[in-house]
Amino acid sequence: MNGLRKNVTIQYAVVQTVPVFFGYLVLGIAFGIMLEQAGYNVLWSVLCSVLIYAGSAQYLLVELLQSGASVLTTASLTFLLNSRHIFYGFSFLDSFRKLGKKGVYMIFSLTDETYSVLCSMQPPDGVDRKKAMFLVALLDHLYWIFGSAVGALLGQAMPLDFTGIDFSMTALFVVIFLDQWKSYRSHLPACIGLISSAVFLVLLDPDGFLLPSLIVTLAALMGCKRMILLQSQEVDD
Amino acid sequence: MISSFQALLMILAAAAVTFLTRAIPFVLFGGKREIPRPVQYLGSCLPPAMIATLVVYCLKSISFAPQALSGTIAQLAGVAAVVGLHLYRRNTLLSIGGGTLIYMVLIRVLA
Repeated sequence: MNGLRKNVTIQYAVVQTVPVFFGYLVLGIAFGIMLEQAGYNVLWSVLCSVLIYAGSAQYLLVELLQSGASVLTTASLTFLLNSRHIFYGFSFLDSFRKLGKKGVYMIFSLTDETYSVLCSMQPPDGVDRKKAMFLVALLDHLYWIFGSAVGALLGQAMPLDFTGIDFSMTALFVVIFLDQWKSYRSHLPACIGLISSAVFLVLLDPDGFLLPSLIVTLAALMGCKRMILLQSQEVDD
Repeated sequence: MISSFQALLMILAAAAVTFLTRAIPFVLFGGKREIPRPVQYLGSCLPPAMIATLVVYCLKSISFAPQALSGTIAQLAGVAAVVGLHLYRRNTLLSIGGGTLIYMVLIRVLA
């Protein structure tokens, strides 16, 4: 019985992370190739992917390594680029705490994609939810490490042209958006996020719109608190 | 090229800062204390807002300049395919696989 539950949980986690597998494989390969071209072999790319584990921050790091930036520059630019991650933990304050030591790993591995999959998880009966959350985080991390190792080893001698398969990441976010649209009673948070980010993307440049957009989103969510809570309860009663 | 030691320091700095950004909510509110009500509220309503933001973030390279038009069409058609498939069948892997396939075909055909 226990073994069966374990198998069901592992199977569930693997299925949930299939889209991330394809996306991370390609994005990881791209990172491995870039770092290899900058003069750092597979050991370096694996080290980066094990310790940093953030796509855009690792791409940035390649440029910083090439230009010989200072540690302080590296730290501050990485912080700016990753600032959206600050918002993710708020939805898991309670559930990660219950995971004990694994919770620290869950915080470390909370990428855009893992966050999205965790937000959308609705495990059926028979799946151990806590174990499934941990497995999703671990599998995603392994995919990322694997991708960056493959990229560094193969270099540009890729046997197949996978260009564009990383679109699966965009598709994953769109699917989760639609699922959440259905499961959340108030559509206001989704609308606020969509409008705020779209407006700031048009107003500012693609590299700088995220932080101002997130700050406005946060303010709007607080401003609409009464209405969102009211809409969320309406159907309950 | 910079020294290996300098490179290692930069990697460690990037790793520490990345972990810091992800840990900030837990540092602020993660103790044994009860989580303040407004923070609980944010935790519950942030996911849809963040996912919506990530969708836009993924599409940030969309441009209506003539030389970028084929990429834009491929991205919009890919997203439309994902939405259509998902409303039709609500099978996550089918929606993602189908939309990605259409995108991959279009960037090759339109290029």
